[in-house]
Amino acid sequence: MSSPASTPSRRRSKRGRGSNPPTPQDARSPPSQKRRTDDSTSTGDLQPMPTSPPADVQSPGAADALFSSPPQFRHSAIPLDFDISSPLTYGTPSSRVEGTPRSGVRGTPVRQRPDLGSVRKARQVDLHSDGPTEDVMTEQSLGQRLVIWGTDVNVASCKEKFQRFLQHFIDPIAKEDEDIGLDVNEPRYMQRLEEINIVGEPFLNVNCDHLRSFDENLYRQLICYPQEVIPTFDMAVNEIFFDRYPDSILEHQIQVRPYNALKTRNMRSLNPEDIDQLITISGMVIRTSQLMPEMQEAFFKCQVCAFTTRVEIDRGRIAEPSVCKNCNTTHSMALIHNRSMFSDKQMIKLQESPEDMPPGQTPHTVVLFAHNDLVDKVQPGDRVNVTGIYRAVPIRVNPRVSSVKSVYKTHIDVIHYRKTDSKRLHGVDEETEQKVFTEERVKMLKELSKKADIYERLSSALAPSIYEHEDIKKGILLQLFGGSRKDFTHTGRGNFRAEINILLCGDPGTSKSQLLQYVYNLVPRGQYTSGRGSSAVGLTAYVMKDPETRQLVLQTGALVLSDNGICCIDEFDKMNESTRSVLHEVMEQQTLSIAKAGIICQLNARTSILAAANPIESQWNPKKTTIENIQLPHTLLSRFDLIFLMLDPRDEAYDRRLARHLVSLYYHSEEKMEEEYMDMAVLRDYIAYARGYIAPRLGEEASQALIEAYVDMRKIGSGRGMVSAYPRQLESLIRLAEAHAKVRFSEKVDIVDVEEAKRLHREALKQSATDPRTGIVDISILTTGMSATARKRREELAQALRKLIQSKGKTPALKYQQLFEDLRAQSETAITKEMFEEALRALADDDFLTVTGKTVRLL
Amino acid sequence: QNLPSSDWEKKVTEYFKEKLKENNATNWVPSLNDVPVHYLKPNSLVKFRCMVQDMFDPEFYMGVYETVDPNTNARVLHFGKYRDVAECGPQQEIDLSSSQTITSERQTFYCVPVPGESAWSHAYLSASQDRVSPSTSYTPSRHKRSYEEDEDMDLHPSKQKEQHLGSGSDIPGCVEPKRLETEASAGHHLAAPNCSPPLDLNFPLPGEKGPACLVKVYESWESFKVNDVLEVYGILSVDPVLSIEREGSTLDLMESMDTAEEQRVHSPPASLVPRIHVILAQKLQHINPLLPACLNEEESKTCEYLKVTSLFVSNFMSELSPVRAELLGFLTHALLGDSLAAEYLILHLISTVYARRDVLPLGKFTLNLSGCPRHSVFTEHIYRIIQQLVPASHRLQMTIENMNHLRLIPRKDYAANRLVSGVLQLASNTSLLIDETQLEQGQLDTTGVHNVTALGNLITWQKVDYDFSYHQMEFPCNINVLITSEGRSLLPSDCQVHLQPQLLPPNMEEYMNSLLTAVLPSVLNKFRIYLSLLRLLDYSISDEVTKAVEEDFVEMRKNDPESVTADDLHRTLLVARFLSLSAGQTTLSRERWLRAKQLEALRKGRLQQQKCVNGNEL
Repeated sequence: MSSPASTPSRRRSKRGRGSNPPTPQDARSPPSQKRRTDDSTSTGDLQPMPTSPPADVQSPGAADALFSSPPQFRHSAIPLDFDISSPLTYGTPSSRVEGTPRSGVRGTPVRQRPDLGSVRKARQVDLHSDGPTEDVMTEQSLGQRLVIWGTDVNVASCKEKFQRFLQHFIDPIAKEDEDIGLDVNEPRYMQRLEEINIVGEPFLNVNCDHLRSFDENLYRQLICYPQEVIPTFDMAVNEIFFDRYPDSILEHQIQVRPYNALKTRNMRSLNPEDIDQLITISGMVIRTSQLMPEMQEAFFKCQVCAFTTRVEIDRGRIAEPSVCKNCNTTHSMALIHNRSMFSDKQMIKLQESPEDMPPGQTPHTVVLFAHNDLVDKVQPGDRVNVTGIYRAVPIRVNPRVSSVKSVYKTHIDVIHYRKTDSKRLHGVDEETEQKVFTEERVKMLKELSKKADIYERLSSALAPSIYEHEDIKKGILLQLFGGSRKDFTHTGRGNFRAEINILLCGDPGTSKSQLLQYVYNLVPRGQYTSGRGSSAVGLTAYVMKDPETRQLVLQTGALVLSDNGICCIDEFDKMNESTRSVLHEVMEQQTLSIAKAGIICQLNARTSILAAANPIESQWNPKKTTIENIQLPHTLLSRFDLIFLMLDPRDEAYDRRLARHLVSLYYHSEEKMEEEYMDMAVLRDYIAYARGYIAPRLGEEASQALIEAYVDMRKIGSGRGMVSAYPRQLESLIRLAEAHAKVRFSEKVDIVDVEEAKRLHREALKQSATDPRTGIVDISILTTGMSATARKRREELAQALRKLIQSKGKTPALKYQQLFEDLRAQSETAITKEMFEEALRALADDDFLTVTGKTVRLL
Repeated sequence: QNLPSSDWEKKVTEYFKEKLKENNATNWVPSLNDVPVHYLKPNSLVKFRCMVQDMFDPEFYMGVYETVDPNTNARVLHFGKYRDVAECGPQQEIDLSSSQTITSERQTFYCVPVPGESAWSHAYLSASQDRVSPSTSYTPSRHKRSYEEDEDMDLHPSKQKEQHLGSGSDIPGCVEPKRLETEASAGHHLAAPNCSPPLDLNFPLPGEKGPACLVKVYESWESFKVNDVLEVYGILSVDPVLSIEREGSTLDLMESMDTAEEQRVHSPPASLVPRIHVILAQKLQHINPLLPACLNEEESKTCEYLKVTSLFVSNFMSELSPVRAELLGFLTHALLGDSLAAEYLILHLISTVYARRDVLPLGKFTLNLSGCPRHSVFTEHIYRIIQQLVPASHRLQMTIENMNHLRLIPRKDYAANRLVSGVLQLASNTSLLIDETQLEQGQLDTTGVHNVTALGNLITWQKVDYDFSYHQMEFPCNINVLITSEGRSLLPSDCQVHLQPQLLPPNMEEYMNSLLTAVLPSVLNKFRIYLSLLRLLDYSISDEVTKAVEEDFVEMRKNDPESVTADDLHRTLLVARFLSLSAGQTTLSRERWLRAKQLEALRKGRLQQQKCVNGNEL
């Protein structure tokens, strides 16, 4: 692992990567050469390809075959990041010419030959198709035991295997999003090659996972010896490609870019063993450097005789020739800059993504080097999955000091990027799409979903420290799952929102904030703001001038940031009017429009809103309706799917249970708590899985049930002469039913789901919109405020009671029961005990009387 | 990898562990906290008490490397562990591509002395050091010989071991610099570059002094977290090469992957920020030097040690109640004769977050002492008294100015790739006194709002959201917050006590000073032990008492449903917990519960009263 040698310069040191543990290694190394040759394949040949039609190449090829190898290979090959090989360099042809002889000189020990040969062949291969195959065969016969020095990779067999992979691999579990336009039943990578032929982008991305399922051993080799194996893959691909599409013109040869190596996912787990291996890690880009031209090959010219020569970069250094080979003048060689070859290079800092971090530690960072066309592919702030080769280089020896810092610098040479959130725009949560879930995990989750009481289980796992409020937890649970997104754009109605909005309203000290805080901690893209502190700008977006670049930059606020997440807004009632009005658009259209400083745009804000509000008098006044208590505009209220009241029940049994719960909180050891409930991680995974994979649709019966439910709701209203339920309520019901189906991991919405949705809806409404007089759900209370009749009736009753009491004369105290009966007798309508109490309370509020136990005292 | 290395590594650690366990051995090791770096011998064993401020990326180093003499071709193997620089003789070169090379991994922590450490704690530590080197800071190096000799005994055997195991490898550097100490230290002065802009050592609190240190940890670094307080024993490395490298950095800045700032931060001159290569590191449960380092029974390894510890604890427990009475009296005086406030202050001082339930921290007890005279020196003196009692504390003056300009929240600086510290980056159980009496009316700007929000979060959730610019990251903390204010504080708090002074000394200054001087140091020490020790005790509630509490609560609710809420129960349970603990009882008894209720009633009565008074005034 140590070997420093190889990396940065990407010059494959000839003495090899000293690195892999097993390697015997030592100094002069033939193998390395061979390796180089591999590279050269990737590189050198590239250019010629396009130019040379197969036919004329033929002859050189033959020649090569004859005297085998070395000639062809060009030095400048780049070992690992073949990108370098890239197209940009001109002058290749000439270099090639020169290169050839040199390489030949470099000697071809017997053992090396075949390798070289094969390499060279490979290179030919692209040019013309059949010559190579034969070669391969022959080579195979004599070469089985030949492996790349320091590895167990046999180029020929490796190549052959990879070709087989390309030609035959059919992804058994093809996922739609990746294979747009691909026929799942055909070999996947052949279709890709076809695409390359059409599009002309000479890169073949290979999912290592596919490779693994195809050939475990090949995969292992790829992971352990990427430097050797990838060039081999290149060869293989090019052979196939030019075999199939001999006339295809590409900028350069196809390069294979493996990704999704399962080696490492977490930056934290990188360790010395990973050096020089192929790894995939995820993280967030925090800084990118300027583009740096890096010299690949220096061009020297003799000042005396104009003899020119090329020198490749070797471990980051150029060895200037001190003597002209032609005229033997010393120190006559001068570097000609504009004939030297450069490649692009960029340094990128990647930081561990926040989810991967153990609590209480600071994130790690790792340096990436991107080359050629991978330069400038990512911006700071992007979440990416990077596949590359991990490198360690000793810190350069200071020439003046004999000792060396005994520390290596590490970096990753990037082979493949995959932006994690670019897909988010398509509404697919890439994070869940990615292999976040191991098979066991998925199995476990599925297992869990089969449990009959899964819904209850999950809801009780939600914020276990908060006592009871089961229905509210269930509501929030459904919010976490969300409905299914429906697209009606073509009919002109736009998207129907799938997000469920919830308002919690209630007495202070009923752990509303705690619930919000819990949800915010649970969901990956949650935002938490307080209504008091936030302005409209803080919620939406604002335009800022970047002090350095003078560019206008759009800074996003909480709502946009919680796109696809949940925006928790505490102290919703304290929010000022103009800020709240921003929410109108967000809560129904799920977009945010901005017109500011010349930037006009519409941002997605598909966020669920979980808001908490205190009643206007800070204590809930039961004499008033929800509307009066919260004092929020009806337009906004109707956009909440569920409005829950969190009231202090004032009930002995409840108090007792509450007390027990709290006391236990204060002395139970932590372990015990853990056992009792499903832990947060499982819950999180469960939700993520359901959100990512399950999209339930309405079943026939369910639709019927929904219709009935809606008609019922309408009927209640129309019976009293007013419209009480709106289509919005129907949509809410649908969303809730869908979410409930998701909880069961069911693809179809069934009656049960509708029932639960109805129940929850009613439950929430019962508290917030029950007409206190009739006990019937009256949505009009929400949409129009308190039904006037009801209030009037209650006042009348209070007045009647007052009269009754006054009529009794100057008795300072009355018997409760007696009074009740008297009132009943007096009234023509039936009076329930509740109504009577209501009236008493109203009077008590007017400081007319007090109720203590069973007696009523006048004041 | 499977060289004998793993073996000797373990032995080294074991060896030092054993050695340090011997009586007072720890006191013989010079401490970086007291002794300026240039008085310490490079490559010697030192100790350092510090808080992890930042964690750098892990680094790979040459665990084993080979040097070659180009003339003779002689190859020698060396160990690279516990050092920054791969040594080699003048005639030798390091063979970077040797097959013998073993790469290993270690983690670097950026450590600073415990922020807000009280003077007494510091003084006590250096005093215990004194037995060895009579005067810490200004001793000519001659004096120090004495302990160097002693320490050699410590170091030597291990060196020999290393030599044996290293199959003939010589370990230069360890032995040789011994005699060169004077020159070496002189060298350091030179090496300390005539520093262009002074290096920001990144202390959380403004005005802190003390060495910052790069601590290199070789094992189980995953167990350490940011803001942990550690005591590390390790080898001091101040090789001037480390600084020279910096000068050279301009040369190959192009190819180096780091920016200039990053270089400055990650490899500061060794004379300013020495490196310690850790042999032993332990997390400290508390930072009170008067207590044995670890009270946890599983963790104390030897029986003998355990005995000492438990003896200490039981001894102290036996005299607990007089100490409590004395402390109560002392604090009552300090709070101008208000014994209720003093009672609550004790409870506050022994509070600690002992568990977290989802997001809810349990055991925090933020006290808001309202009714403090405005603009008087009162708060300042309260702080001075608290400083005398707890091992670490800080006073935050909550003025508009401070709120708008102070950096409370640590922030990640991506250019330099480090965590820029803020005031709220404090070690566990630090006392933070927020002085709200200083607050005037005025305008808070964005920073101000963030800072106030951060304070609120700290109090409510006991966490600080560090700013990583692309996202925020939550760091749980455990800070005792005491707020002094005139009226009710604008920050949330668990419990508000309105101060009712019984006496108003004409000269506050004099009064407070005399109060402090009147307390005997030995008594003061008892107070300190009392507060730190009780914090660490376990606590439980029996089933019976649970029942009783339930009944009580139901009863209270019945009588007065308006004013008794779940929050009240929470608070009363907390008060009961700390009340029991403050008397040394680890279970809740019926009496304590009643007493807690009584205290609460008294406190509430006062608030009510206060409200009425205010009401009348209005």
